[in-house]
Amino acid sequence: MAAVHGDVHGHEHDDHHPSGIMRWVKTTNHKDIGTMYLWFSFAMFMVGGFLAMGIRAELYQPGIQILQPELFNQFTTLHGLIMVFGAIMPAFVGFANWQVPMMIGAPDMAFARMNNWSFWLLPVAATMLVGSFFVPGGAAAGGWTFYPPLSTQGGLGVDLMIFSVHVLGASSIMGSINIITTILNMRAPGMTMMKMPMFVWTWLITAYLLVLVMPVLAGVVTMLLTDRHFGTSFFNAAGGGDPVLFQHIFWFFGHPEVYIMILPAFGIVSEIIPTFSRKPLFGYSSMVYATASIAILSCIVWAHHMFTAGMPTVGQLFFMYATMLIAVPTGVKVFNWTATMWRGSMTFETPMLFAIGFIFLFVIGGFSGVICAIVPIDIQVQDTYYVIAHFHYVLVSGALFALFAGVYYWIPKWTGHMYSETLGKWHFWLSMFFFNATFFVQHFLGLAGMPRRIPDYNLQFADFNMISSLGAFGFGLTQLLFLYLVIDCIRNGEKAPQSPWDGATTLEWTHLPSPAPYHSFETPPIVK
Amino acid sequence: MRSKLVATLAGVSTLALYSSMAVGSKYNFPEPQSIIARETYDMHIWIMWICLAIFIGVFGVMFYSILKHRKSVGYKAANFHHSTTVEIIWTVIPCIILVVMALPATKTVISMKDTSSPDMTIKATGYQWMWGYDYLQGEGEGISFYSKLSTPRAQYENKEPKGENYLLEVDNRVVVPVGKKVRVIITANDVLHAWWVPALGVKQDAIPGFIRDSWFTADAPGIYRGQCAELCGKDHGFMPIVVEVMNADDYSKWVAAQLSASAVKTSMHIENK
Repeated sequence: MAAVHGDVHGHEHDDHHPSGIMRWVKTTNHKDIGTMYLWFSFAMFMVGGFLAMGIRAELYQPGIQILQPELFNQFTTLHGLIMVFGAIMPAFVGFANWQVPMMIGAPDMAFARMNNWSFWLLPVAATMLVGSFFVPGGAAAGGWTFYPPLSTQGGLGVDLMIFSVHVLGASSIMGSINIITTILNMRAPGMTMMKMPMFVWTWLITAYLLVLVMPVLAGVVTMLLTDRHFGTSFFNAAGGGDPVLFQHIFWFFGHPEVYIMILPAFGIVSEIIPTFSRKPLFGYSSMVYATASIAILSCIVWAHHMFTAGMPTVGQLFFMYATMLIAVPTGVKVFNWTATMWRGSMTFETPMLFAIGFIFLFVIGGFSGVICAIVPIDIQVQDTYYVIAHFHYVLVSGALFALFAGVYYWIPKWTGHMYSETLGKWHFWLSMFFFNATFFVQHFLGLAGMPRRIPDYNLQFADFNMISSLGAFGFGLTQLLFLYLVIDCIRNGEKAPQSPWDGATTLEWTHLPSPAPYHSFETPPIVK
Repeated sequence: MRSKLVATLAGVSTLALYSSMAVGSKYNFPEPQSIIARETYDMHIWIMWICLAIFIGVFGVMFYSILKHRKSVGYKAANFHHSTTVEIIWTVIPCIILVVMALPATKTVISMKDTSSPDMTIKATGYQWMWGYDYLQGEGEGISFYSKLSTPRAQYENKEPKGENYLLEVDNRVVVPVGKKVRVIITANDVLHAWWVPALGVKQDAIPGFIRDSWFTADAPGIYRGQCAELCGKDHGFMPIVVEVMNADDYSKWVAAQLSASAVKTSMHIENK
């Protein structure tokens, strides 16, 4: 086995690292680790997507056809967990790994070895999660929010899920401490906080949110574990506990979590819109303040997920007002992006298309968010397809579209090759069409009274469910096109110049060749 | 210029047609049958219009920019990057809009929460997978029964054609009189459930070991259907709620029939001993 000294620099700065599989197992390089994060999350996206296809296939027609109700519940539960913890979050960490050091002029992440460890925990956790389908009793079936007492009833699958969440949480905490330390300590001389690229800012704030809430999640799953196996009664009324306590603790984690998945997306879009408008970001400092206010507000709105659980009138009103307030900084962001585009000199390459698609659909998700914040309306739409539509608008056309935008934007820097613009545009327009076909109609299903998490439904819901399922199959297939496009880019893409985007101003475009060298910025650049 | 005007008009009218279709069809909230449901329905429509206005405003500007300020038509980029005045304006205006939205909502929340002085009280208990009802107070006090899905298994296994109320029909309906304030006390026996009747504007989680309450006053006689709205395991999708609202006379007859039936049951029970 090759001696591994890839992380020991000092005498030479060439691409001196072990090859083959050990390169990836032992790597401490932020670019390698970023790549692994991205491929891992794409693999998980495929697994979670497969589960989504199963759900939509069952819901294609009324009646039970493919998945028996118990298995259907396992599919919905694991779809949610895998997409949130396996696909979206690691993908953003992958972006942070690749981009944060390059954008702040640092040679690597602050804790390079811990970086390796935080990645390699993920496959372990994913194996437990996906493997739980094959244990007696099957996977967890209590929804991705695993509310007790239902989750206390499940079998070994629930325990595997709990351990998996523990491991994923540990990975996230390490990853975010690493990101915070890197951003605070390793910026190039001259790069003050208020000169950092927006992507770096949003990740800094996100990382703080992660450090704040992941321990809460770890705590609540541990309480669930001891309720299940060690006779405690945190959530068991018969023993003096309270099932609603679980919901409060879970959503204290869960609401900041949704912003953990969207703030870095805001960051990516805030890089792309100015680049392709050839004009600086409008209202940079108000963007920073808006991001920070969203993060702070996100910690005091958790009970809006629980309006039907029952709480005092004052409680409902407080959480309604606080939730509605989030619309203000979010609105500021949308206005800033619009003002950035205004009187720019725009071109519409794939990253820009996805960024505009993001704004367009995220705003629809934002509107349904305001509607869901209104308590009387929320009480009607809570736990219906309306809510499903709402959060898929912010998570799929929000977080996921921003991730696609980011991949198209930075893939020339990562691989040194251009992607196929034609295929990229196809990917965008097909995703856009099928996404809306899948989820727009779900608003109507929810309003008309179709609850979520049911494997079968009344005939009045049949037509829109069929449209939604067809859209979902189309959306799923479209993502295979994306896979092909990325592989094609790596293998056959034409050589990318240092900066293929003439409006790009961040350090990775102005200072580094494409592809970025294995070790970059060993001498920090000076930022004026 | 003229063709552009025509295009704009066509676009706007399509949008209006589309939204009115959405508002008027069965894909909106069901026809409200109680004051709370009515207020919720109206609030939703009203907020939808506000959202639509904002949507047209924001994306009107954005798409104008996308059409006009593009490199391919030779537009040169300006270089402005902030304006404190504009930023303050577009922070303050959303705040005002939110206050306008919050006022009626607050009023409805307060009246939703007011379960005091009901004409009658019914306890609903969620079980895996059915509902139990106990009439605790008011006319019908003492009535008690379970309510289970009555759709035959063969229908959801696709062996028989599905009926109109597929999955939304039960063996014993909850019967209540029209125009009376009904307080529903909601709890569960095993896991979380939620008692939900959309047309009456009631949804409340049923929590084992705890009691929550809600209320409704039905405006008109009829049969209103809902479903369990909190994941409760395998047959979560198969425990509907059906409320039948009767006028006062019919309700009294129903109560009398129920009470005599249960008296027969009780006396048989005693004789058997």
